[in-house]
Amino acid sequence: MAQTIAEKIISSHCGKKVRAGELVVVGVDFAIAQDGTAPLAIDVFKKMGKKRVIAPEKIAFFVDHSAPSPNKGVSSLHKLMRDFAREQGINFYDIGSGVCHVVTMEEGLVAPGNLVVGADSHTCTYGAVGAFSTGVGSTDLAAVMASGKIWLRVPESIKIIIKGKVPSGVYAKDIILYIIGKVSSRGAVYKSVEFEGEVVGSLSMDARFTISNMVMEMGAKAGIMKVDERTEKWVKNRVKNKIMDFVFPDPGAFYEKVMEFDVSSISPQVACPHSVDNVHPIEEVEGTPIQQAFLGTCTNGRLEDLKIAASILEGRKISPEVRLIVAPASRRIYLEALKEGIISTFVEAGAAIVTPGCGCCVGTHNGIPADGENVISTANRNFKGRMGNPDAFIYLASPATVAVSALEGKITDPRRYLK
Amino acid sequence: MSIGPLRGKAHKLGDDINTDYIISGRYKFKTLDATSLAEHLLEDICPNFYKRISSGDFIVAGENFGCGSSREQAPLAIKYAGIGAVLAKSFARIFYRNAINIGLPIVITQTDKIEQGDKLLVDLEKGKVEVENRGLVLSAVPFPPQILKIIEAGGLVEYFKKYTDWMFSSP
Repeated sequence: MAQTIAEKIISSHCGKKVRAGELVVVGVDFAIAQDGTAPLAIDVFKKMGKKRVIAPEKIAFFVDHSAPSPNKGVSSLHKLMRDFAREQGINFYDIGSGVCHVVTMEEGLVAPGNLVVGADSHTCTYGAVGAFSTGVGSTDLAAVMASGKIWLRVPESIKIIIKGKVPSGVYAKDIILYIIGKVSSRGAVYKSVEFEGEVVGSLSMDARFTISNMVMEMGAKAGIMKVDERTEKWVKNRVKNKIMDFVFPDPGAFYEKVMEFDVSSISPQVACPHSVDNVHPIEEVEGTPIQQAFLGTCTNGRLEDLKIAASILEGRKISPEVRLIVAPASRRIYLEALKEGIISTFVEAGAAIVTPGCGCCVGTHNGIPADGENVISTANRNFKGRMGNPDAFIYLASPATVAVSALEGKITDPRRYLK
Repeated sequence: MSIGPLRGKAHKLGDDINTDYIISGRYKFKTLDATSLAEHLLEDICPNFYKRISSGDFIVAGENFGCGSSREQAPLAIKYAGIGAVLAKSFARIFYRNAINIGLPIVITQTDKIEQGDKLLVDLEKGKVEVENRGLVLSAVPFPPQILKIIEAGGLVEYFKKYTDWMFSSP
């Protein structure tokens, strides 16, 4: 029986050869939760009547979504996480460590071939290193803490082939927005997406994470990339004392759909309010005034993203009409950006730097827009109310587009700034 | 434990109702009290929704209900608002598993045929939805037996208390 990558990884974690559609209980290599989901998982774990977490070394908690705490309600939930993690010996990453998905990869907590779940929908990010990783709920996470296992339906797979040559001014974010625009927000519900094609191979690891991160926005369960030399080098520098399994699909594995996208002639893309699949080439939205610009998140807050934005902002000042907020995605990235002078560039351009973490992406703190305001953001969601105000409008774009738009005070094509 | 037939009124919503709409991030990070979250159910897209529903009523939506964030506070807020079940043409995958895990009944059926205010009788065991005021009967997609066991237990907490481990034998 020829298998896809998802079928192979799930098979190796449940002790039998499975195919799409089967329901199985699988052993989990690693599991994560954040401050929006871990407190509930702890509560449920206790309600299950459990006392000790099975294999706490395979669990990590992150305080990133509302960090530092903006009010006492959040503070008490953070404390609940801290106390429980300490008592149980769970890996704990407190405020300022960064966004869970970025830190998990930097710290080498996930290896190729692993089966990983996270109580955060963007856990699909780790597919970029050839892991099967997917978002689950808090009760699921409690069950993992209680049993080391989780129930899963083996997903059907879709193959997405990205072809062509990436044009100047177009980045990984534009590519995945373009694909989501074509596939729609429910075009891959329950499916495991396997990415292939020369473009994927040409992308840096930071760029690959951006693509795997956003498969959730088409409803997918996972967004997996095959391990190549670049992945191997990247993980070997970070992952220690873990078995690495480079999993490739069998010839003849079944794909429900195979889709090809040639990106050679696409423009920078913008997802317009209020859905991520409302994607337009930048020509159609250029000139839309913006009041806030946000650079950061698990989608686009990595060093490469900050570098791209800094190269545009260097020696320039943002528009007086705009607030530019920058949240480096992790402490490590923050430090690296400091050393390279990138943070100085942002500050000199007029940006406000906030704590490594989710920043204003999820509407809890760090820059909630006013009624009627437009925001351009490198995040992955633009739902009405997402950033804390249902009367604001969120546009999603690449770090380059966000940077040039902050300079101009309106949505601007980054190609105008590239020599 | 089994869930008997449920009766209530239909509240219709559209496609792609995401979990940010169901319960905003403005509220969910602050508390574990699902009852206080329930008061804000769907308020960004349907102001006063919580005040308009009666205990046992149904949410009836289109495709991809519960897409977006993994927040389990979304099905919890629905459950604690007193909603008897969510009926939709399809569910986003994390919402689907969260609803099963917390014991919120969900039904996959052709919701196009249900109208705002219809009086429904939902029989989860028989996989049947009756539109009582119009004499219409719709069939629901059945759950696999292993999942039915979790639903019948009333969610994973009760399931673990009852069985102490996973009851997923190979078919």
